[in-house]
Amino acid sequence: MPRTLRYTARRLLAGAAMLLALSALVFLLLRAAPGDPVDAYVNPSVAMSPQDMAMLRERLGLDRPLPVQYFAWLRQAVTGDLGFSLQGTGEAVLPLVLSRLGPTMLLMASGLLLAIGLGIAGGVVGAVRRNGAADLSLSVIAFLGISSPAFLTALLGLYLFSVRLRIAPSGGMLTAGAAFSLTDLLAHLALPALLLSIGHTALIMRYTRASMLEVLNQDYVRTARAKGAREFSVIARHALRNALLPVVTLIGSTIGVAIGGAVFIESVFNWPGMGLLMVTAVRARDYPVIMGAALIIGGFVILLNLLTDLAYAVIDPRIKVG
Amino acid sequence: MAAPKRSAGPTRRALQRFVRNRAALAGLALLVPLLLLVASYPLWLSYGPNSVDLLARNAPPGMRHLLGTDGVGRDVLARLMQGGRTSLTVASLSVSISLAIGFLVGALAAFGGRWSDAASMRFVDLAMTLPPVILLLVLASITGTGLWPTVWVIALLSWPVLARMVRARLLEVRERDFVVAARGMGAGVFHLLFRHGLPNSVDILVVYATLQIANAILLEAGLSFLGLGIPPPEASWGNMMNAAQSTVVLEHYVWLWMCPGAALVLAVLAINFVGDGLRDAFDPRSGLN
Repeated sequence: MPRTLRYTARRLLAGAAMLLALSALVFLLLRAAPGDPVDAYVNPSVAMSPQDMAMLRERLGLDRPLPVQYFAWLRQAVTGDLGFSLQGTGEAVLPLVLSRLGPTMLLMASGLLLAIGLGIAGGVVGAVRRNGAADLSLSVIAFLGISSPAFLTALLGLYLFSVRLRIAPSGGMLTAGAAFSLTDLLAHLALPALLLSIGHTALIMRYTRASMLEVLNQDYVRTARAKGAREFSVIARHALRNALLPVVTLIGSTIGVAIGGAVFIESVFNWPGMGLLMVTAVRARDYPVIMGAALIIGGFVILLNLLTDLAYAVIDPRIKVG
Repeated sequence: MAAPKRSAGPTRRALQRFVRNRAALAGLALLVPLLLLVASYPLWLSYGPNSVDLLARNAPPGMRHLLGTDGVGRDVLARLMQGGRTSLTVASLSVSISLAIGFLVGALAAFGGRWSDAASMRFVDLAMTLPPVILLLVLASITGTGLWPTVWVIALLSWPVLARMVRARLLEVRERDFVVAARGMGAGVFHLLFRHGLPNSVDILVVYATLQIANAILLEAGLSFLGLGIPPPEASWGNMMNAAQSTVVLEHYVWLWMCPGAALVLAVLAINFVGDGLRDAFDPRSGLN
């Protein structure tokens, strides 16, 4: 498939250009922040004369023009050197960020899977039982799910399941001090993943319902029924498969919303992911970590968008890429 | 001779559609009393948002304090009302700023020629690559906490969407005969923007402003909840909920975080109903899909 290959290559190139532009934007934004980077670099308990400061600034290259500084930074960044955290022991940024990527991916992937399963099931039920009791109550739940902010659902969920019912741990990813076990991880994962999925479930449900209603009126569905196919097979094989096309793009284009929700869920549940890392970094004004995390997340989103577009072309042969 | 009967103008018809929309009216019925209460609370409530009642700390809702008090004995209802003022102030200021930026960038993209169009739209694409909450955090780390910093963070985050919508509309308007005629007669960019561009995108601006107010309230609450927005002791719905980060508050003093949470959801729902109603009223086709 040379055509698909060419398309993929072009999209990859565009994605790389986007990432480059993003790095410039984030670099300039953070340099516009008040405060001298040298102040953050210097241990405050060491007395430094203004001459020493000027010398240090020169040695760090901070007296050179911004574009020069940017390219110097970029040259290091492509080798994986994103600088050092300004907090604690001053860990290198890249390993720090990457170590937080796993827990976030685990949380988001489980949340997304839950949302896809629940959302599609709910949407199909809503469309098949249009305006029935199940449809109406699902619509109300979906509306509430979309309207309430992630941190409020997180607090309510934590209060209900962990404080009142005591069936879920109150935070963290593993029991502190205990040996690693899969059941322990899953017990900690279940509640935050479920809460993260609520907004997404509601969106997917709405889309699936609308799309199913449209498809159920198509001629081929009537044909399937006329030739005597059973109702279940009509809905699952003829209707749902075609109704899912717009839902796939929806899932790709709302990844950003899920990342936003993850920031709040991680803060409430003390989940050791990127969101929590970034919030603590912002509180401490730890610019190297903020920048590294923003870049990794940006790259992740660009990559996911590319994958969605490609997946869309694979699922729907009518779409010509290139 | 009887004057020919005039049919209702587009604004009038939009208003009629709005008035017939039940959800929008319900939103309005919720929103107006809420605004009146928030605006008038010093008149009917004897507690200030920061006045301390040392005899009632962490008091549950009751006769003395309708919604209870917090850990230092401040009245939750008073703080809720003051928090409403803060939220609405931040929301309306940030929406005004993003309206101005969004309209100007969108209009310049549409009227300013190919290069300014390409440059501004690529910038908008770029600003929309990062997930909103991540951009929010990056911006918040630059501005720090406080009322104006929060306003700017939210404004800078939200204008790109509007710029796109305004551009799309004005690209269409640009080709219309009256605009072509105005250009032929030597109208400048300023005249085109404010004489033709603004009146022809006013529906977009109104709908955006309404829905964005709800969005801004949520963003402010989110930022303050993370401790990056309005700092205490100033009251805001978000920083009131921040108290629930402590397990003791979450478990034993539920009124401290459930009240602002409920206020937040009610306000946002009401505004969204009104905004959706306005959108359907201005563009009847939008309700179909």
